[in-house]
Formats: sequence, structure tokens, C-alpha cells
Amino acid sequence: MTEVVATNQTILVVGGGISGMTAALEAAECGKEVVLIEKNPALGGRVSQLYRYFPKLCHPTCGLEINQRRVKQNKRIRVLTMAEVTGITGAPGDYTASVKIAPRYVNENCTACGDCGDAAETTVDDAFNYNMGKVKAAYLPSRMAYPQRYVVDPVVIGTPEADKIKAACKYDAVDLSMQEETVQVKAGAVVWATGWKPYDANKIQPYGYDRFANVITSVEFERLSDPHGPTGGKILRPSDGKEARNVAFIQCAGSRDENHLRHCSRICCMASLKQTNYVREAFGDEGKSTIYYIDIRAIDRFEDFYQKVQADPNVKFIKSKVARILEDKEGNPVLHGVDTEGYHRYATPYDLVVLAVGMEPSVSAANIPAEIVSDSSGFIEQDQANGAIFGAGCAANPLDVNRAVQSATASALRAIQVINRVARAEG
Amino acid sequence: MSIEKYTRSFLKEVEERVEEGHWVKMCMQCGVCAGSCPLGPHWEHTPQKIFMMIRAGKREEVLSSDSMWMCTSCYQCIVRCPRKLPITHIMHGLAYLAKREGLAPKNQPTAQFGQLFWDNLTKTGRVNELKLSLGMYFKDGFSQGIKNAMAMQSVGLGMMKAKRLSPMEIMGGHGVKDKSGFQAMLKKARELEDSRRKLA
Ligand SMILES: Cc1cc2nc3c(=O)[nH]c(=O)nc-3n(C[C@H](O)[C@H](O)[C@H](O)COP(=O)(O)OP(=O)(O)OC[C@H]3O[C@@H](n4cnc5c(N)ncnc54)[C@H](O)[C@@H]3O)c2cc1C
Ligand code: SF4
Ligand code: SF4
Ligand code: SF4
Ligand code: SF4
Repeated sequence: MTEVVATNQTILVVGGGISGMTAALEAAECGKEVVLIEKNPALGGRVSQLYRYFPKLCHPTCGLEINQRRVKQNKRIRVLTMAEVTGITGAPGDYTASVKIAPRYVNENCTACGDCGDAAETTVDDAFNYNMGKVKAAYLPSRMAYPQRYVVDPVVIGTPEADKIKAACKYDAVDLSMQEETVQVKAGAVVWATGWKPYDANKIQPYGYDRFANVITSVEFERLSDPHGPTGGKILRPSDGKEARNVAFIQCAGSRDENHLRHCSRICCMASLKQTNYVREAFGDEGKSTIYYIDIRAIDRFEDFYQKVQADPNVKFIKSKVARILEDKEGNPVLHGVDTEGYHRYATPYDLVVLAVGMEPSVSAANIPAEIVSDSSGFIEQDQANGAIFGAGCAANPLDVNRAVQSATASALRAIQVINRVARAEG
Repeated sequence: MSIEKYTRSFLKEVEERVEEGHWVKMCMQCGVCAGSCPLGPHWEHTPQKIFMMIRAGKREEVLSSDSMWMCTSCYQCIVRCPRKLPITHIMHGLAYLAKREGLAPKNQPTAQFGQLFWDNLTKTGRVNELKLSLGMYFKDGFSQGIKNAMAMQSVGLGMMKAKRLSPMEIMGGHGVKDKSGFQAMLKKARELEDSRRKLA
């Protein structure tokens, strides 16, 4: 049974991405007790799935590593992974959350030696790589996962393979008797930081994501470019493994669209500008990128980044929202539409098409198990009516990492104020 | 005619005088309608272009364009437009304004058919299919009319079989009971429309 010591002076942080980690650290480093709940088997959220960060193009490993170390060293933070909040009752200063914890089948003894993975034969979809590859049924969620602890997938539970996996472990870390459990966690304030998910590209019918292998999403492109991704960092297109040297990016795929997401997702212009660098990095002058856009929204100081990419002769900009994608005999996606600067009709084939998909809240405010005020897209609004439940990061807005961290710090401060009030009242 | 006061701002005129015209300003020029319209490659001004021309004040060019008349009301553009502009309705509204302002292109087949249909319908309150078809076949002269009628023979016979077309209609045809009441209703509707849309 998992034990969580928490009181009305505890801050509950839901979601362990960069925002949740930041909020938890800020609060804990101010001396508050924190329980951090993460649905996945590891912290880090979607940032850990990026190849490089704009604007500096460094690897996410560096920023995340520092935060992981801070979490590890801080005794005030209790991390619960594979956990979800199913209910919140009470009022500011006195909440109780029900937290459902899924069995990991691996305990704290794990040294991440990997012997269990070698023993496993069954493979399952690799969620970390957006299901573009497979992993063994006993796996480490990702190379830099925190905690560095394996997971046994439920598909093998109850089979002889599970016993084989258990037998392979020299540290008595595999525990096949683990069960799903629900624990109650007290808290004075809640920071809700469950982040975002990519808009379901299958819903954008004219782009044929569901029909054409070589139409992929921007999040998949991050994994294709990463040396630790499914292709070892080679930009190979899915249909035939050919090098994708001529890549088109389609902006606002699902955003700014009354048929899909109404809002501008705010980061996807920068993401595509960044990804043209991946094409250049992989193929030099042989790598060509074309960005199809309504207008480029590189906000404030990101304008410099935009101008640099504009100066790259291997990157072309076409002002047009692509009307539809068809496929030619060689499996090349062909983009059809009309450009706004001159109204020229085009039908242009590419090796690979990347849809700059929009961001939507991973848990829409309507599905948060408490009364929460949200905007029409389901992002949490800052509102008195929310009591002491504060949205942070991409649960509140589509934001880049820098702004997500600012938003998380602000939420941590609000939560700390509530806790201070409780502390004074409780004496 | 008091259109002078509008000429400074064609967009404003469209907003006041064209059905759903107030939507034009919402167009963000993304190009999806132009790229999705099945007729797109065959006409001069796609909806995207028309909406930009309206904003640019190109009144003559827009109203004399033949593009609005080409629209088949397939609704592809409305379905796809990210801003949900009722594009089809605007296109038809523009065509109507063009016609009322006498700027619609001459001998435009859709416009001709529209007029024929309207005259046919409003005479008795019922469409006289036979006269409508004959009117359409013979609009370009007698010998072309015979050719058209021959080409459409099987369709005509099929319609007769299905009782959708009666040769007796040539005698005058069926109609509503209260023809003068019907005419008065149309007149009133037109008056209301004219005053609302400032059509003279
Ligand atoms: C293609 C692409 C490229 C990008 N590139 C950059 C870039 O280069 N630079 C940059 O600054 N930004 C970039 N971004 C934006 C960046 O990904 C976000 O700013 C960042 O992920 C926000 O972090 P977050 O913690 O708010 O959300 P997330 O990263 O989504 O983290 C949320 C966490 O909450 C967890 N969670 C979800 N639901 C629950 C639940 N019910 N219970 C418990 N936990 C839950 C998730 O598992 C996750 O760990 C990019 C975005 C896209 C789409
Ligand atoms: S569960 Fe055991 S075998 Fe598997 S990685 Fe951990 S310590 Fe190694
Ligand atoms: S950031 Fe760019 S691509 Fe993303 S929704 Fe906004 S305009 Fe479109
Ligand atoms: S699809 Fe809509 S917003 Fe885009 S150009 Fe056409 S009318 Fe304008
Ligand atoms: S409704 Fe008219 S303008 Fe719209 S796509 Fe169809 S033919 Fe084109």
C-alpha cells in the first residue's frame, strides 16, 4: 500500500511535465510540502519528447536533468507516478483528492540494469516515441526517465513470460502482486499542470493523415530527428524508409479553425521554424524545407529566430493554407491549394509532409474532477470561482517552455499564499 | 439611384446590401475556399479573390465578374472555411446585387436560366417544366434548339414516364388557385427586400 503523508498545508501538484515540476520545486524550495502526481511512469512531460528546444536549440536533456536533480534532492516533494486524480472534494485550505495509482510491477529496488527487458519477448507500442516503434514488455519509459525505474506492461501479467521477467531480476525488484490502488491525499491548494496533447490529425480529413504514410505530425517529426528516436535520428519517411530531403510543413493544422480548434496554438510556428533546422542539420544544402502558413506568429523576441530562418536559402515560405493533400504513384504527398500572394494554384509533391498540429489541453477543464472555469477550448481560466485550484503551464494556455515555467511559478506563489493562510489559522 | 454614397467603401455597401455580406470582413485570406472549390481552376475570381477585391473597393470588377454565376452551391467552401463564412450565400447575394445594378455579365448562361426560371415560376405559381426546358433549348435560336432538344430526348422521355413532365403543359399548364394573391405576395416581398437592401 502506498502511503502519502499530507495535510492541509500540503500543495498537490497534478502533472509532472516542466510546469508541474517547476511548481513543485518552487513550492518545496520555499519550505512547503508537495505531492506531485504524474500519470506516466516518468516525469518530464512532452518536453522530454522534443529533440531540441527553440530558441537556443539546445537539447531538452540539459534543462530537465537539472530539474530532476532538484526533485531528487528535495525531501519535501513526494512523487507518485502512474497516478491520476479521480476526484477532489473540499474547499480552499482543506481539499481531499482521490488518487488512483496503476501497478508498475517494479518497486524501488530497481537499478535499471535492464535484465528484465532482455528476458521479455513480447513487445508493446512505444508511447514515448508516439507509437512509431516498439519496446519490450519490460521497459524503461525513456533513456532519461525519472525515476530510472523499469515498468512491466500489464499485457504479460498472468503469463509465464511475467515469471521469466521476475526470475531475470537479481534485485528482487519485480513484484507481480501489485494491484491498482486508490489513496486519499489532503491538500490546502492544488496546482493543475496536466499540460497539452497534440490535436488528433485524423480529424483533418483533407490532409489524409490517416491515409498517407508520409503525412506525419510535428510531434512525430521531433522523434524522427532525435538520435534516440525510432530511426536513430535519421529523417526517413515512413512509407519506404527513403531519406526525406524535401519536407513541407503545414501550419495551423487543426488550429485557428472553427471546424477544429478555435485558438491559435501559439508555439507551432516556432516549432516548424525550428524543425527546418533539423532538415538542414541532417542533409545540409541538400535538405529543403517549405513552410505553408496563414501568417507566421513568432512572438516578441522569437522574431530574431524567424528572421534567421527566412535568410536560409533552403527554406521557402508560401502564404497559403493548403486545401488538400493527395498522393502520387511514388508515395509522395502532393499539396494542393492557392497561394495568397498572387493567387497561383499549386500542386507540389514532397518527400514528407509535417502537420504543425495544434495544442489542446490534455485534460479538458470539463473533465477535471472539480468545478473549474475554462475558456471555449477547455484551458483553465484564472478565476476566483476555482477556489485554490490553480492552472499552470499548457493546462491554462498554449505556451512555450519559457512561458509555461513562468506560469507555473505564478501558480506556485498563489498556492503558497493559501498555505500560509492555513498555517496562520492552524497556528 | 443613390449608390454614390457607397462608392467610397464597397465593403460597407456589400455589408448592407448583400445577403450575409457582413461576413466578408471575417475572411483571413487563407485560400482554403479557393483550393477546395471544384470550379476553382475554371473561373477567374475564386471566393478568396472576390472577398479581397471587395475590400480593395473594386466594385465594377466584382459585380461584373462571371464567377458568382458559376457557383454550383456544392457547399464545399462553407464546410472547409476555417472562419465559417457562408461563402455560397455571399456569392449568390453578390450575383443578385450585380443583376439588380445592371452589372451582371451579358449572356451569362446561369443568369439567363435564372431569369427564365423566375419568369416561368412567377407566372402561375408553379414551374412549367415543359416550357422551361423548351425555353432553355431555344434560347440560342431555332436550329440550336432542335439540336438541344434531340440531345436531351431520352431525359425528356424519362421525365414523362415518371410523370414529372406533361406534354399538355404546352396548353398553359397548371398553377396555384389564387394567382393574383400570389402575385401580390411576391410584389410585397420584393418591396420589403428592396427597401431593406436599398435596391431601387
Ligand atoms: C511540435 C512541438 C515542438 C515544441 N518545441 C518547443 C521548443 O522547441 N521550445 C519550447 O519552449 N517549447 C516547445 N514546445 C512547447 C512545449 O512542448 C510546452 O511548452 C511544454 O510541454 C509545456 O509543459 P507542461 O508541463 O505545461 O505540459 P506537458 O509537457 O504536457 O506536461 C504535462 C504532464 O502532465 C501529465 N498528465 C497529463 N494528464 C494527467 C493526469 N490526468 N494526471 C496526472 N498527470 C497528467 C502528462 O503525462 C505530462 O507529464 C513544442 C510543442 C510542440 C507541439
Ligand atoms: S526490474 Fe530488476 S531486472 Fe529490471 S531493470 Fe530493474 S533491477 Fe534490472
Ligand atoms: S502558432 Fe502559427 S501554426 Fe500555430 S496556430 Fe498560431 S499561427 Fe497557426
Ligand atoms: S476559406 Fe474562408 S477565411 Fe479562407 S480565404 Fe476562403 S473565405 Fe477567407
Ligand atoms: S459552393 Fe460555390 S463557391 Fe463554394 S465550393 Fe461550391 S461551387 Fe465553389
